[in-house]
Amino acid sequence: MAGPLNWLSQIASIAMFNIRSLPQRMGSSLTAIFGIAGVVAVMVGVLSIAQGILQTMNHSASEDNVVVLRSGSNTEMMSIMLGDDARIVAEAPGLARNESGAIASPELFVIINLLKQSTGTDANVPLRGISGNALEIRDEFSIVEGRMFEWGLNEVVVGVGAKIEFEGLEVGSTITVAQEDWPVVGIFEAGGGLAETEIWVDASVLQPAYRRGNSYQAVYAKLESPEAFQEFKDALTSDPRLNVKPMRESEYYQSQSEMLYNLITGLGTLIAVIMGLGAVFGALNTMYTAVSSRSREIATLRALGFHSSPVVISILLESLLLALVGGVIGAVAAWWVFDGFRAATLNFTSFSQVAFAFDVSPSLLIRGIVFAMVIGLIGGLFPAIRAARQPVATALREL
Amino acid sequence: MKYLYLVWSNLKRKKMRTILTLLSIMVAFTLFGYLGAIRQGFSQGIDVAGVDRLIVRHKVSIIQLLPEAYESRLEQIEGVEDAVYQTWFGGIYQKPSNFFAQMPVNPQEYLEMYPEFLLTDEERQAWFKTRSGAIAGRGIADRFGWKVGDRIPINATIWTRKGGERTWEFDLVGIYDGAEKGTDLTQFLFRYDFFDESRQFGQGQVGWYTVRISDPDHAAETAAAIDAEFANSPYETKAEPEGAFLQGFANQVGDIGFIMMSIVAAVFFTILLVAGNTMAYAVRERTNELAVLKAIGFTDAAVLGLVLGESFVLTAIGGSIGLSLAWIMVSAGDPTGGSLPVFYIPASNFVVGAVLIVLMALVAGILPAVQAQRLRIADALRR
Repeated sequence: MAGPLNWLSQIASIAMFNIRSLPQRMGSSLTAIFGIAGVVAVMVGVLSIAQGILQTMNHSASEDNVVVLRSGSNTEMMSIMLGDDARIVAEAPGLARNESGAIASPELFVIINLLKQSTGTDANVPLRGISGNALEIRDEFSIVEGRMFEWGLNEVVVGVGAKIEFEGLEVGSTITVAQEDWPVVGIFEAGGGLAETEIWVDASVLQPAYRRGNSYQAVYAKLESPEAFQEFKDALTSDPRLNVKPMRESEYYQSQSEMLYNLITGLGTLIAVIMGLGAVFGALNTMYTAVSSRSREIATLRALGFHSSPVVISILLESLLLALVGGVIGAVAAWWVFDGFRAATLNFTSFSQVAFAFDVSPSLLIRGIVFAMVIGLIGGLFPAIRAARQPVATALREL
Repeated sequence: MKYLYLVWSNLKRKKMRTILTLLSIMVAFTLFGYLGAIRQGFSQGIDVAGVDRLIVRHKVSIIQLLPEAYESRLEQIEGVEDAVYQTWFGGIYQKPSNFFAQMPVNPQEYLEMYPEFLLTDEERQAWFKTRSGAIAGRGIADRFGWKVGDRIPINATIWTRKGGERTWEFDLVGIYDGAEKGTDLTQFLFRYDFFDESRQFGQGQVGWYTVRISDPDHAAETAAAIDAEFANSPYETKAEPEGAFLQGFANQVGDIGFIMMSIVAAVFFTILLVAGNTMAYAVRERTNELAVLKAIGFTDAAVLGLVLGESFVLTAIGGSIGLSLAWIMVSAGDPTGGSLPVFYIPASNFVVGAVLIVLMALVAGILPAVQAQRLRIADALRR
């Protein structure tokens, strides 16, 4: 037979021989598989938290929406916008209009303490005061239970995420704000976005309750088109009466989630790397055992004229196969357990809770499996080289 | 003890395998220690919260301010010894990711309330004398390379100065150390009088109070008395022990303890599989020798002990190295680059670690050990 073809057929025959003898090494092979599966499941699980938060934040943003804060503030919570300033912002060019004027909503953003379902302790739940045009800006808003609040009344509507995560937010219950009981009259969805963690109320009702006079914290608005942003921004930043920072909504939400996303991703990666190291040792152990229990067979093959490179490659193939199986099991398990799992956490940047669903995305699954293959590669490489290097005569004499 | 040599020789017979098993056990314990420190970091030193301290905040939420005048009213309530106020400044030093707590406080009273913040006498006096003076914890001072005498500019996100100026400049007059391991060394504290006269709005309002009570056994009663004092006022309060407050805050992030436990459980389960499998393999390989041992007079119990001992030595060495490694990694600093207020492995974790070592050795070794104990000499020798 010709060189390369012979070489390939050597690999194939040794690999098949290895794989068919796998059941004999069931114990240690299963150990390697489950070790790797465990690592991949934990890694995918932790990273799916970060992914879920990012997803929630991205969902919130629409390309033709803008957020205006006081300059120097990086969150709504810390921003202050006087009523007059909010009016000037709404008059700026570039905004979409309807019969009532520019589509802009000056809003208040505060937090109230409610008990978190999972821990039974206080949590900072965002309470947003909205103005008339707010619903035109959030296209995805829809009431799924009960009704919208009446403008001018002490009534609130609650996002679906908030209803699940915190106690006492069903339609018909009340929340206490400024020593008054405000009834919950409806539950809303907002396309899976950040707003679903919030409680919404009429801003003009929230202002006196928080003694805010005629002041707001941010203005949300809709642009005529995404391209109108520059015109809008220039008009605001050059206006001597204002000291504000206009941002695209997407940009704003990205800045809000950055710290949390980086923290979780950083921790998740660190844990995965340390665990991965453990799995590499496990895989090495398995493959060394596999090689040493077969050293006579391997030596026999070499004595029969098999090259050493097919021996190396076939052992690598076996190790990669085990890793692939482990990786797939781990990834599927993570997807099955974690995908869509709901939780809420504190976003340090906005100092308020974010409800989100764990998101095991296809790219995460692929990353998990690739990680498994890397473990398999390292775990197989050294035993393979050792097998190939062993002098034939010594190996044949071994027990 | 006389069998230790035998155990040791058995471990040495397949060095590569022993080392790899050791390393995987080590990894498990490193992760256990490291995650313990992360959990501690998120719970912000609940362990060292003063049992004689309460936190009093606005009932609706901590972002709502309370009047400065509450201090004297608090101090008149029975069971209250002293009250000090703090306010969240929330400024930015250089860039938003450089996150740490900055708070205006009354220097004398604050240092009395928190005796675990250690300053030299000169530093104390300097702070009392300098209106724009500030002190910083050793942790953030090291992180940003601050020295006493530095001028530190901080950009306000909430508290603009009169005239709308956003930059506040403080003179660093002291760097405090912690009296205890869990003391928060990431605070930046400056003077309330300076803050109050310079801020654009909100004069006479503070964030929350820390209250020292005379009898920790009656903390609940004192807290109830405080809330009753301010009930039906425009500024109702919620008083709770410092530990409960910190725990509640940590819970906001989520059930960190549960998440860490789940990860550690997954890791240990995995490592247990590896170690257990290796042990089983090692015993199977030595069936013959074990039978010989029995034939020359070793009792069943001794053989059981021998195998268990092997498992124990392996786990103890791997576990100790792992925990030490975690300790070294934790000493090197936290993974967020200094955002966690405290970062250390609590002593209790080392105790739990030791218990885990014993448990793991037992679980990994018990099956092979029992197998070895039950070996019948005649059968085993014939194999």
